[in-house]
Amino acid sequence: MLADFRAWALDDLATSRRQAAWGRRYRIWLALKANPLAMIGLFIIVLCVLLAFLAPLLAPYDPAIQDLENRLARPSADHLLGTDELGRDILSRLLYGGRITLGIVVAVVVMVAPVGLAVGTIAGYFGGWVDKTLMRLTDVFLAFPRLILALAFVAALNPGVQSAILAIALTAWPPYARIARAETLTVRNSEFIEAVAMTGASPWRIILRHVAPLCVPSLVVRVTLDMASIIITAASLGFLGMGAQPPSPEWGAMIATAKRFILDQWWVALSPCIAILLVSLAFNFLGDGLRDVLDPKQD
Amino acid sequence: MLVDIENLRITFENNGKRFEAVSGVSFKLEARQKLAIVGESGSGKSITARALMRLLPAQAQVTADRMLFDGIDILSQSEREMRKLRGGRAGFILQDPKYSLNPVKTIGNQIAEAWLTHNKGSKKEARDAALNLLEQVMIRDPQLVLNAYPHEISGGMGQRAMIAMMLAPNPSLLIADEPTSALDASVQAEILRLIDELVDTRDMGLLLISHDLPLVSNFCDKVSVMYMGQIMEELAAKDLAQAAHPYTKGLLNCLPSLDEPRGDLPVLTRDPQWLEEQAQ
Amino acid sequence: MTNPMIDVQDLRIAFGPKEVVKGVTLSVPAGESFGIVGESGSGKSTVLRALAGLNQHWTGEIRFEGAPVASKRPRAFFRKVQMVFQDPFGSLHPRQTIDRILSEFLSVNGLDDVDGRVNRALDAVALPQSVRFRFPHQLSGGQRQRVAIARALIAEPKVLLLDEPTSALDVSVQAEVLNLLGRLRKSHGLTYVMVSHNMSVVAHLCDRLGVMQHGEMVEQLSVTDLRARRATHPHTRELVELGQALASTA
Repeated sequence: MLADFRAWALDDLATSRRQAAWGRRYRIWLALKANPLAMIGLFIIVLCVLLAFLAPLLAPYDPAIQDLENRLARPSADHLLGTDELGRDILSRLLYGGRITLGIVVAVVVMVAPVGLAVGTIAGYFGGWVDKTLMRLTDVFLAFPRLILALAFVAALNPGVQSAILAIALTAWPPYARIARAETLTVRNSEFIEAVAMTGASPWRIILRHVAPLCVPSLVVRVTLDMASIIITAASLGFLGMGAQPPSPEWGAMIATAKRFILDQWWVALSPCIAILLVSLAFNFLGDGLRDVLDPKQD
Repeated sequence: MLVDIENLRITFENNGKRFEAVSGVSFKLEARQKLAIVGESGSGKSITARALMRLLPAQAQVTADRMLFDGIDILSQSEREMRKLRGGRAGFILQDPKYSLNPVKTIGNQIAEAWLTHNKGSKKEARDAALNLLEQVMIRDPQLVLNAYPHEISGGMGQRAMIAMMLAPNPSLLIADEPTSALDASVQAEILRLIDELVDTRDMGLLLISHDLPLVSNFCDKVSVMYMGQIMEELAAKDLAQAAHPYTKGLLNCLPSLDEPRGDLPVLTRDPQWLEEQAQ
Repeated sequence: MTNPMIDVQDLRIAFGPKEVVKGVTLSVPAGESFGIVGESGSGKSTVLRALAGLNQHWTGEIRFEGAPVASKRPRAFFRKVQMVFQDPFGSLHPRQTIDRILSEFLSVNGLDDVDGRVNRALDAVALPQSVRFRFPHQLSGGQRQRVAIARALIAEPKVLLLDEPTSALDVSVQAEVLNLLGRLRKSHGLTYVMVSHNMSVVAHLCDRLGVMQHGEMVEQLSVTDLRARRATHPHTRELVELGQALASTA
């Protein structure tokens, strides 16, 4: 089966649209597979997503159940990662928290990447006053430190996961627009885009079907590199009490509450810290790997 | 003997796939001699020239029975000694001066720097040397070009500046890879005339890499015709019209003519036997 | 009297304060092949791009079959006029299959029988069907230029604008592409306007040519006159001499 697919996808003489497309995807996968760090990153991410997804099955306790008799317990056979200040099982909270934290990341990316791509390609392709207007708008957002701007947004709305997502998304799109614009400028005057213009295609069609696909690889790379900083911004908002609200077990919020006893009961804060570190690192590894295989300038 | 290459082979290895780009190329070049290596894209002519200066990427494996430049065995030199050779005893002129000149430095500074790497002297002396070199490459207003940035001058002027830079260390060999193909016909002729004069007056050898058979026939002494990593034929440039090999003939014959109308141009049919014949 | 296929009156194009085309007038009857030669910076490519509608900042008058065209061309224009670009490596989208590149015109213009038209276009430029689902980087320079010609042909145009169509190719491949262009002109009844710096190539493919220098068309003459050395303008003579000197073997 697999051997068949391999031979079919790698056939230099593709006979259908589908085969040609799969051939390209399979070659990218082969290149990515050859990069051990990227594969480690991918493995960790897949593992985290699985763990978060299967949290109800895997978690030994309900993450919200309190056990005040047994608060701030050291890691033991009963509580593998110990308990927090209300006696809740940290392992269970970590697994459920993965859902919230990874959910925030995915939601932010789904909102940010298309907006950045649209703003950047439109500005880059049309140029002139369209470009000036959109780019000055981008500059306004870029001028504020990200966390401060997100804080201001959340404060203006009301604290909670949805507001955090919206706030992070509002502050995260400008770099994407910049990248998309830069990529667009390099291809805008190329002969292959002029050739498309000579089919009578509208500017919108050219942007959507011919320019945007060329910007996607650098955006994908940027997204994976940005994941870490999105997690950290979400965690920081949580830490400052502006993100996920107690008792929901968001990783940043967990660290925030654990900070009070970080010196005496360090294990309470340690596990969410390690979780954030691992996921951020994994996304960075994967991003680096993707940059190597997707960068169109390399072939 | 300036250059003596015997059985040069260059192999690239990529993802376990081996590809021999140059298979058994031999040629000799003496001082005051002009040798052209002519071939189509992918024939291996450019990497042959680069191999002589050891300018190929690390994944290229270069072997040769003999590869001498001025009696020095190129393959056994250390990287440091090679750096002294490149841009020292041998100058390398590339196709497009737009890409080979540094855009953020003035022409004068670039030439002075090249002079200083291979000569001892003060900044002032280097600058005078640069001015002198620009005069030698027949730039009309050398003082002006000295202070100009590469984007401020024309392609032909840039190529002259590039040549001036290469002349700074007084090389005994000039390697020119398509030095005029980015230039207009009128400028092309001037640059070739300039190279010709410099080679004669400075007793240099010239290795010219080109795709243009008629051009090299007017300009060089010897022509090696390369195809798929092998030399098909080596002959005196003046005998090119009487070339024996079907590949050389085919290349000459498929050109449109300005003198007389031609119907369909004859198309070159490539015979796999050409490669086997040479291998024997 | 029928209208010429292309009629240009006093075409002027300026980039900022610098006028690069200074009042070019030319007329090309249907079925003719007209060459524009000149050195780099003479404005020859700029004229061609204005004809193609790729440069919209011009003044003067451009008529196709008697009808004046506006700066911004309607979609129907491109069913009549197509262009082949210089660089076969830069004129094909690097991430699209040949099939997608060729069928884009059909999709934009809502034409049916995509398979039939794509296959016929590949046939016309003598490319095998097997290249249809390949990517440009899997093809040779000559094959890519054939794809670019096929892309222009798929619109079934009357006019083909050729911007140095062979200057990036090896001479043996140039011969094949020139033969192909010559054949297509007869079989499809096309009108050509070709820009080139190579006198011999223009002489081979064209009936008449215009010589440009510093933004002006200094002379127009037939190729027969050119070959017979009846050029009058000194710049034309200079180009002919250079072309000959560089093309002849010792």
